[in-house]
This record gives sequence, structure tokens and C-alpha cells, in this order.
Amino acid sequence: MLNTLDTWALTLAVFIPLAGVVVLGFVDRTWEKGLKGITLLVSLLTLADGIYLLARFDYGASDALQFEVNRHWIDAINSHYHVGIDGISLPMLVLSMFITVLCVVYSWDHFPEPYNPKSFLMLILVLEVGMNGTFVAEDLILFFVFFELVLLPMYFMIGVWGGPNRQYASIKFFLYTLFGSALMILGFLAIYFKGGQTFDIPELVAKGGIASHVTELWIFGGLFMGFAIKVPMFPFHTWLPDAHTEAPTVGSVILAAILLKLGTYGFIRIAIPILPDAAKSWAPWIGGLAVIGIIYGALGCLAQRDLKRLIAFSSVAHMGFVMLGISTLTSYGINAAVFGMVAHGLITGMLFFLAGSIGERFGTREINRLGGLLVQAPKLGWILGFCAMASLGLPGLAGFWGEFPAILSAYQPAAGLNEALFRGYMVVASIGTVLAAGYLLWMYQRTAFGLPRDEFAEAHIHDIHTPEWIAWTPLLVAIVALGVYPHLLFHVTTDAVDGVTAALKAVGG
Amino acid sequence: MSLLLAAAAGFKTPYFDYHALAPELVLTGVICLVLVVDLVVDETRKYLVTQLAGVGLLASLIPILTLAAKGGFPRSMFGGAYVVDHFALLLKGLFIVSGYIVLLMSSNYIEEGDYHEGEFSFLLLSSLLGMVVMSSSRDLIGIFVALELLSIPAYLLAGWRKRDLRSNEASLKYYLLGVLTSGVMLYGMSLIYGVTGSTLLRAIRPVISGGGGEQPIVAVGIFFVVVAFAFKVSAVPFHFWAPDTYEGAPTPVTAFLSVASKTAGFVALMELIYIGFLGRDDVWAPMFWVLAALTMTVGNLIALRQTNIVRLLAYSSIAQAGYILVPFAVAGSNGRALQSAQTATIVYLMIYAAMNLGAFGVVIAVARKTRSGEISSYGGLGEYAPGLAWTMTGFLFALAGIPPLGGWFAKFYVFRAALDAGGGWAVALAVVAGLNSVIALFYYANIAREMWMSPVPDGDTTPVIVPPALTAAMAISLAVVVAIGVYPQAFARLGDLASLVR
Repeated sequence: MLNTLDTWALTLAVFIPLAGVVVLGFVDRTWEKGLKGITLLVSLLTLADGIYLLARFDYGASDALQFEVNRHWIDAINSHYHVGIDGISLPMLVLSMFITVLCVVYSWDHFPEPYNPKSFLMLILVLEVGMNGTFVAEDLILFFVFFELVLLPMYFMIGVWGGPNRQYASIKFFLYTLFGSALMILGFLAIYFKGGQTFDIPELVAKGGIASHVTELWIFGGLFMGFAIKVPMFPFHTWLPDAHTEAPTVGSVILAAILLKLGTYGFIRIAIPILPDAAKSWAPWIGGLAVIGIIYGALGCLAQRDLKRLIAFSSVAHMGFVMLGISTLTSYGINAAVFGMVAHGLITGMLFFLAGSIGERFGTREINRLGGLLVQAPKLGWILGFCAMASLGLPGLAGFWGEFPAILSAYQPAAGLNEALFRGYMVVASIGTVLAAGYLLWMYQRTAFGLPRDEFAEAHIHDIHTPEWIAWTPLLVAIVALGVYPHLLFHVTTDAVDGVTAALKAVGG
Repeated sequence: MSLLLAAAAGFKTPYFDYHALAPELVLTGVICLVLVVDLVVDETRKYLVTQLAGVGLLASLIPILTLAAKGGFPRSMFGGAYVVDHFALLLKGLFIVSGYIVLLMSSNYIEEGDYHEGEFSFLLLSSLLGMVVMSSSRDLIGIFVALELLSIPAYLLAGWRKRDLRSNEASLKYYLLGVLTSGVMLYGMSLIYGVTGSTLLRAIRPVISGGGGEQPIVAVGIFFVVVAFAFKVSAVPFHFWAPDTYEGAPTPVTAFLSVASKTAGFVALMELIYIGFLGRDDVWAPMFWVLAALTMTVGNLIALRQTNIVRLLAYSSIAQAGYILVPFAVAGSNGRALQSAQTATIVYLMIYAAMNLGAFGVVIAVARKTRSGEISSYGGLGEYAPGLAWTMTGFLFALAGIPPLGGWFAKFYVFRAALDAGGGWAVALAVVAGLNSVIALFYYANIAREMWMSPVPDGDTTPVIVPPALTAAMAISLAVVVAIGVYPQAFARLGDLASLVR
């Protein structure tokens, strides 16, 4: 019985939400309780599957693929339904399931205009299918299909339920990402032809390089465009602030917590291990763009007047740290990156929840019009402070373990990379942390301290609602738990990351 | 008299494989029947003629299935001028199913518009017969006759809204350019015949790719033939007739022209290029490269500025033709590329038929209520007709190539063909195709935006009444689009099976 479940566990993780979408399709749109109940049940079932995976995962062999299934899918192009997880995908998969449940809970009485809970909940579940699928896919075409699957629901979520400028933001998001994917799929095909007519990721990784250096550089370039736009890295980031500002709260949370990670995950899972040689040549450039992103994101934050836009720019900076860790191509750096991905997912997800709730209460997210949150809604104010601290990388909270080791890893990049250059990056990145403290504390000071502005002085600002408590408590607990005991995550990822860097060492250099 | 008899003495009845010809024979029988029945039924019961045509179309699918089950390919007749193989069967099936869907879409349109019903079915079936014959023709004359048979009824169909000047213009424009095309093509064919001394494609191939091919006149002949078909499939810069014709023609006919008629053009091109002119890729490969790149880019860029949905779909179908031309540009590099180019074309044609027919189905359905082809009239469709809006969204994003809807696999196969050929030019064309799919997304998403994110323009939210036949047409198309997207293997296998040359 357990063995059967082991085989099916990952498939269930992907297809339970899909079944949920189908069921929701048949439910009458006026029966809201039922719609919410079914969605919650479906997302909880998926999470239960995730917990089962956590329980059954063999942590001693986290570098090996587990719960693997490999079935025929498109024989004509030798593409298989190949799914499996290792120590890198497991945390991401569980994070995605976890965040989805919280988003469904938060949505309970927070449906943005134009309401229509049925379609909104269906879109959340479709997003989950895409996210979970991307994290378990071990075949490039399967990966591509799931990677693209998240575009449509997010496009509609921003475009239909978003803010005033939603139509512009949604199409910008769509076009940017599709531009990257178009080049990415060409890269995948090039890998297929150069790598012996297979799309199987483990098989391709085992080859340790597939083509001549120059060809690999071009292929890496294609993949880079696909993943870097998704992350997003510095020159390709402009879709992110718009998308975040306009997206409904739940959309922002999912976008920040999971969708951005699809890009970094792609680097760790596909681009670097399959093309290790090219990765070394690209690494200094990626690192450079990463630190530019760190500084640029931080400076951008200082200039923002909208709370959500500020958090969006802080995402650019945080993902810069993640990419800096990846660009060192060391086990240390990539571990930090994976940790940073999870931490950013938890913290920034939480910040977007808060920004959404604040915006809903005051009818504005403009920082200059807010103030005195601690007077009017003390609990909300305290939690905002807590998350700001976590986001700026206060030791003892999760953010620290993503940021600090990433900076440290740049001190000693992988053999063959220019040490002086990366040490320069390290210095620049450290300045970024100071700026991060600056913009977050300044934001906190302006929104939470002092007295409420005149226009809101008489307004009744409700403190945290029950659904908000239910949705937020797990996130807050996780932020503290990972901050106090980072080993919880590091011991899952370390071996798997070593597997990735082993591919790099094999090419020497 | 005795002279005639003496001449007839040497005449041997050619071998007729009646089973292999059964689809054509059934179709011809149905066409005659439709004509006769139309004469005898009275004005109020004309719908019977349409129903008879529909049943007849489905009946002609039966011999295709029995042939496929029986095997024994290729079944060759008339000295190799008429061949029934997997390729022919698959495309015959595609034409007949597309024709059936068009018939489903048009039945109410024609009836309610008070146009001639019986003659419409008759002409539609005749045009389809031409396409079915085209799938099996392996001879210059056969291809020409098939092309005329499928085109001439289509000229008339384009002008079916005879009280509307734009429909008249559509018909006339289509007719004049069609005739010009035929002339150009015949000229090219005559040059080829002059050099090779044969109209049989398989006899032409060794001559022009061997010693005789060195003559510049062969290149001129190939050039003219390719240009003629570039008109037929509305490739840029020979596309200018298409938007006007598509906009003016009755919408079901537009669907027919942009899918079935275009597919027939590509079928003829495949036969000519891959069988007849295979050895001369030095002549046609650069032509197709330029045609493909121009067609994709120009089609997409002009589509961006359209405000009328039929015109937009017209330009979109021009751009889609550009993607289909990509495999032709790269097929000549090596054997493997030839193989994947053929598969890519066939798979693309099948998927394109489903998505484009479906999109036109929704356009017809929406126009029943709004009486308008403006994209702005789609505002708020998601509110008052969510079913139609979802269906349209599906077709639009399939056309844009977003997984998990069918279109991604078609584009993927085109990319695969290009990269299979390898080399800088092929990869560059693949990149052009990739960038174009991003441009295309903008206008497809624009319609989705209008449907889901804009208010109803005139505040009229009465539901759209969709007749069952039209619903069936859209449902069939949508089922195909989703099925291909999720499990492309079935169609990929058909595509592999149906290769013209191995």
C-alpha cells in the first residue's frame, strides 16, 4: 500500500489540484461556501500529500531522485512523463503546497473586485498545478509545459482582479515571460539534439556537458533568458513591480513566494548541471547582474511611495542575493540560494499579505498617507515590524540564512572563477544589506510609528481577522523556526546541492 | 469511324482500385445527390439538403477508415499519377472533418441569412472533392486540376452574401488573383515539363536533380510554381488579397478558406517540393526562408493594429502560414531534417485546422448577438457568456502557442524541424519564429483582455443563443485542441506515419 502511494505521491501532488479545478467547474457559482470549502479541502489534501512526502523522504539520500515515476508520454520526441524529487525540489514543492493553502484561507473573505470567487479559486488551483509540476518535472518538455502553465492563470488573476492599471501590468508580465520562454524552448531543443536526443534531465546531467564550449554558451544564453526574466534579474525586472502593484493580494503572494523561484530553480536544476562548462563562463556575468540587482532594487525601494511596489523592488534585491549565491557555483553558495528562495517565499509572501490587508483597511497603500499603524491596529503593526526585520536579514529569523551565506560564498567562488571579482561582488552585496535595513526601517517608521494621519484619525481600523490569523500564523512560525534552526532546511538540501556542484567539478577548470 | 476504332484498339483500360477511390466516389455521389435533392425539396425544407451533405461527408470518412485498416500502401494508379498512401489518407480525413465542421458552422448562418442553401452545400462539397483529389495527386496535371476544382467553387462561396458589396469585392478579388495564380503556376509547370518531358512528379525528380537540373530554366520553373502557391497560402508578399477576401466573405466561408483551402495549398507544396523538386533545395530553400520570415513577421505586425476580429484572424492566419513555411525552408539540409520537416508541416496543419476553425466558430456565435465584428464588441463576454468566452480563450491561447493547449506542440515541432536541420540560417529562422510567437501573443491576449477585463459596451447582457450545430463544431475543435496539448503523442505518431518521402 505504502509502495503504491510512493509511486503515485508526486503525480497526486500535481493532479489533485487539477481534479479540484474540474470539480469546481461543475459547482454552481452562487454556492460560495461550497466553492471555498472544496478548494480548501483540495489544497489541504495536496498539502497532506506533501507532508506524506516529507515523512517518507529518505533524508540520507537526498541527492538521489526519490518517488520517481518514468512513463511514456510523447514517444515521437522521446519525452517522458518523468517526475521525481531530491533535496532541492522537496522544500520548494512543499513550500508551494503550503503557500497555496494559506492563500485559499486568506481568500475566505478577501475576494477582490469583481468578486467571482469561482473563477478566482479555480485559477489558484491551476497555478498550483503548474508550480507543483515544475518542481517535480525531470523531463525538459514536461518542465516547459508546467513552467508555461502558470502564465495563463496569473495573467487573468492580475488582469481581472487587479488594480487600476491591471491591463497594462498583466500583458507586460505575459509578454516578458513568454519572450524568455521562447528562447528557453529553443535552448531545450538544442540540448536535445546535442545531448543525444533525450529530454531526460538526470540523463543529460550525467553526461557532464553536451557540446563544444561555444555551442554551450549559446544554449546557456537561451536558458538564461528564460530563467532570468522569471527571477527576475536586473535588466529584465521591470515587469515585476508593475505586476505586483496591480495584482490582487493572493496573486502577489503566489507570484513572490513561488513563481519567482521557478526561475532560480531552473538555473539550479537545469542550466547549471546540464551545461557546467558554459555555467562557469556565464557565472561572472550572472554574479555582476545579481549585485547590480541588489543595489538597484534597494535604491528603487528608497524611492517608492506605494507599499506593494516597495516590497516588489525588495524582491528584486533579494533575488539578487539568491542569484549571487548561485553564481558562485559552490555548494555553499547554492545552499544559501535554496535557503534564500524558501526564506524569501515565506517572508515576502507574508509582507504581501500584510500590504494587501493594510491597503484594504485604509483604501490606500501610499506610504506617506499611512502612519500610526501601531496605534490603530497594534497587532498588525507588530507583525509588519517583525516581517520587516526578517526581510532585512536579522539573525535569528529566516532571512538571515539566505542572505548572509550568499554574501560569504562570494568570498571563495568555485575554482576557475575570478576570486577578486567575486570579492568585489561580496563588498557590493554587503552594502546592499545596509540599504535593505535602511529602506525597510524607513518604511516601517513612516507607516507604523507616530500618530494616524488626520484623514484616518476617525476611521475604525479593524485589527487582524480570524482568517488572517489562520493564514499568517504558520508563516510566522516557519520564519522563526527556520531562523533559529536553519539545519532543518540545510540538511535536506546539502547533499542534493553537492550533486549539482559535483557536475561542475567534473569539468575541472 | 474505322479510324477511331483503330485508335481505340491500342487503348487499355487503366487499373482502377475502387477501394482506394471509394472516398472520392462517395463524395461525388453525394454531390450529385445534393444537387438533385435541392431541385425537388421545397423552400421550407432546404435544411434537409444541408443535413444530407453532412451525412454524406461522414459517409465518405468510412472508406478512409477501412482503407487505413486494410493497409497495403501505397496503392498507386494511372502510372503513379494518383497514389493513396498514409499521407493521402490522413489529409483526406483532415479535409473531410474540416469540411464537416464548416458545414456545422454554416447551416444556421446560411439559413438565417436567407442565402441559397442547397447550392452552398453543393459548392462546399465540390471544393472539398478538389482537396481530397489534391491529397492523392502526384502529377503536375493532377495537382492543377485539383487546384481548379477546389478554387472555383470557393470563388463563388466568397461572394455568397450577394447583397453586400464587400462580399462581392471579396469574391472578385479572390477570383482575379486566383486566376493570375493559375496562370503563373501553369507557366512554371510548362517550363518544368519542357525540361523533364514528364508531368509525373517522381519522373521529374531524377531529371532535375540530375544533369538536366543544371539548366537555369528549371530554377525559373520552380520559382514560378512556388510563387503561385505562395499566393494560394497567402504568404507575404503575396498576401494582400487575403484580408479583404476574408473580411468580405461570409464568416463560415472565411473559416473554410483560411483552413481547408490553405491546407490544400500546403499539401500541393509538400507534394511538389518533397517529391518533385527535392534535389533542388538550392533554389527553393532560400525562397522559403524569406517567405517564412516575412510572412510571420509582417502578418503579426499588421495583426497588431486590427480592430475587426475577422481581419485580425485573417492576419493571424497569414502569420500562422509563416510558421508552416519554416519547415520547408530547412527540409533540404539532410535526411533527418526532411523527415522532421514533413512531420512538422502535417502536425501543424492538423492542429491549426482545429484551433482556427474553433476561433471562427466563436466569432460566428458572438456575431449572432452583437451583429458586429469589432473587437470592442467582445467587451464583457466573460460576464454574460462565460462558456463562449472560455472557449474563445482556449482557441486564442492555442493559436498563441501557450501550453497546455494544442498550439504549443505545433510550434514546438516547427522549432524542432529547424534545429534538426542545424546551421546558422535554420537556427536564425527558429529564433525569428520564437520572437514572432511573442508578438502574436499580444493581439491574441488583447481579445482575451476585451472579453474578460472590459465592460459590456452597450450594456446588453442578454445571453447569446448558440444553435446546437455550431456548439458541436466548437466542441469538436476544442476537444482536439486540448487533447493534442495534453497528449500530443497520438498526433505526432500520425504525422510520422504520414511522411511523403522516407
